[in-house]
Amino acid sequence: MVEIIIAVLIISGLGLIFGVGLSYASKVFAVEVDERVTQIREVLPGANCGACGYSGCDGFANAVVEGEAPTNGCPVGGNAVAQEVAGIMGVEPEGIKRTAARVLCNGRNSVSKEKYEYQGIDTCAAAASHFGGHKACTYGCLGHGDCKNACPFDAIVMVGGIARIVEDRCRACGMCVLACPKNLIEIIDKTKKYSVMCMSKDKGAVTRSHCQVGCIGCTKCVRACPQQAISMEGTLAKIDYSKCDNCGECTKVCPTMAIRVMDFGE
Amino acid sequence: MIKAIKSFRGGIKPGHHKVTAELETVKMPLPSKVVIPMLQHIGAPCMPLVKKGDRVLVGQKIGDSEQMIAAPVHSSVSGTVTDVRPVLYSTGVEVMAVEIKPDGLQEVHESVAPPVYTDKEGLLRSIRESGLVGLGGAGFPTCVKLSPPPGKVLDVLVINGAECEPYITSDYREMMENPEGIVEGTKRVMEITGVAKAFIAIEENKPLAIESISSLIKDGDNIEVVSLATRYPQGGEKQLIYTVTGRRVPVGKLPADVGVLAQNVATVAFIANYLKTGMPLIKKKVTIDGGAAANPMNVEVLIGTPLKEVFEFCGGFCEEPRKIIMGGPMMGVAQYSLDNSVLKQTNALLAFNENQAVETKESVCIRCGKCVAACPMSLMPLYINANVMRGNFEETMKYHVNDCMECGCCSYVCPASRHLVQSMRQAKAELRKLAARKQGGKN
Ligand code: SF4
Ligand code: SF4
Ligand code: SF4
Ligand code: SF4
Repeated sequence: MVEIIIAVLIISGLGLIFGVGLSYASKVFAVEVDERVTQIREVLPGANCGACGYSGCDGFANAVVEGEAPTNGCPVGGNAVAQEVAGIMGVEPEGIKRTAARVLCNGRNSVSKEKYEYQGIDTCAAAASHFGGHKACTYGCLGHGDCKNACPFDAIVMVGGIARIVEDRCRACGMCVLACPKNLIEIIDKTKKYSVMCMSKDKGAVTRSHCQVGCIGCTKCVRACPQQAISMEGTLAKIDYSKCDNCGECTKVCPTMAIRVMDFGE
Repeated sequence: MIKAIKSFRGGIKPGHHKVTAELETVKMPLPSKVVIPMLQHIGAPCMPLVKKGDRVLVGQKIGDSEQMIAAPVHSSVSGTVTDVRPVLYSTGVEVMAVEIKPDGLQEVHESVAPPVYTDKEGLLRSIRESGLVGLGGAGFPTCVKLSPPPGKVLDVLVINGAECEPYITSDYREMMENPEGIVEGTKRVMEITGVAKAFIAIEENKPLAIESISSLIKDGDNIEVVSLATRYPQGGEKQLIYTVTGRRVPVGKLPADVGVLAQNVATVAFIANYLKTGMPLIKKKVTIDGGAAANPMNVEVLIGTPLKEVFEFCGGFCEEPRKIIMGGPMMGVAQYSLDNSVLKQTNALLAFNENQAVETKESVCIRCGKCVAACPMSLMPLYINANVMRGNFEETMKYHVNDCMECGCCSYVCPASRHLVQSMRQAKAELRKLAARKQGGKN
């Protein structure tokens, strides 16, 4: 009996000594946690998508407090979050860019040709690794939805065999951009209504033989644009969005209707 | 002749379908054009050395690369370059190709002469100049394989005459029509690499080939003919080495690590001929077969010949082909157009009809384990597949997906018709991308 009491006393005594030691150490060696980090972390969406370029929302919150990341660096949170973050940091809110992803291909099944019948794994990456995919156009959307599966916000729908972005739901996190094996998706200022919805680098005649709505490189849009915002990259027209003022002259002259944005807003 | 005692694990026994075996190779006349891609090997693509309008001659080098792992490309005809344009390679990348219209003269280029060399380096260099790649199907540049990394000593040479894939008989025809070349080439490769002992390994379902080659081997040649059990993939490099020498190539290692060099019969026969004549690799023996091919046969085809013309020469199609495969039914690549060309590695062209190409619908894995039993590399295809379908590519590394040789046994046996081999390929490609991304820092 006595042994047991002694043992209990020793253990409790040790516990007491360590307890005092630890509470002292925690005072002396305490690490200052900026409470702004916790506050910012709380207003962030918590998607941990990494679109900000940091390792998740915690990483971003730290970076903002350290002055590394801008207060409007979270594309997912948008304006509302940017304002709150700026509030916590006590700075003027910077305007957030209104961007969204856009799939630069209009080659629905009804207007584009197939190269072969594909029977393999139902992903774009798998299809693309066999002669570039079943679409006759090697640049076009394969429609197996790798982007859709990568999107954390359910903002991508498959329509007529190609992917479309529902801009209202898209938070411009860029996950689809990484997922697309055909590099068809770009994050674009969504106030800009017109894009060349084609990425084909083929010559015009080749593009036309593959798809009715591809850019054939006729340069009509380049000449029609009053802002000189369009230039040719080889046989593909490119719009400089910083110059484009949404007049829509280009889409009127394009013989293949390659300059068009199909609106899938909710 | 000796008989291999050992046998590898796993594998399958598909039907042989080698109906073209006893048909002598027929030489195909000049095609109306050839389209010669700059990438017909594993490694870096070549740069075209000619331009539109140039006149080229037979055996003239028309493409080369400065990279270590690459093999130059030569013109198979004499004529005029009508175009230099991009074509699609089977992996989906675009490579340049030289299109030549033959003039019918087949004038030989001055560079075609028996190679002169004074030392081993010179010899290896001239083998590189021949454009030779492994003719068994993979297409790895031969000169790279013949120069093992420093510190590795080779002591056994295994010549692969297994030809284990169904339908293909082009290597068999080589063994029947050119056994001297194979034996001669084996000796040459022994000289080049300083290997003292060679085995010529042939599956036992080809007794005539075993006989014709055995009869040419003299005592003191240190060459032995080995008869192998008939099983797929007997001709897989690691399987072959194990059956013939009893040595296991460890995970992630090369045959050179266990002192073995493996070469295909057609490859060594080419080396023998090249050292005599200096004619680079411009033609191939190709088996034409499949239910939709009117006259299954073996043809000698110039590299770059459009598939359409090859089939036309062989009597065309007796019914609508459903699927055209370049290579064998197990490892070959389905083609999307008959405008594609015959390549250096092409050993067969199969035109499958509706029945042969029937694709059963994929269903869920029932965990029967048949794929595990069939895998000659002792992998677990079902788990790799499951991880690929979930996008967990890094996880597949734990299952040693990089050891998969894409033999197709797993897909062949799977009762659920799962796309197993394709998922292996997919995982390997994604892992390569990940590694490149890690090496290049961010993205
Ligand atoms: S946009 Fe890209 S990832 Fe999305 S369905 Fe099309 S090809 Fe696939
Ligand atoms: S008008 Fe249309 S087809 Fe012509 S260059 Fe512009 S986008 Fe291309
Ligand atoms: S053979 Fe097919 S069904 Fe059976 S365990 Fe393997 S993947 Fe699953
Ligand atoms: S996992 Fe690879 S090596 Fe194994 S059976 Fe399948 S294809 Fe062949």
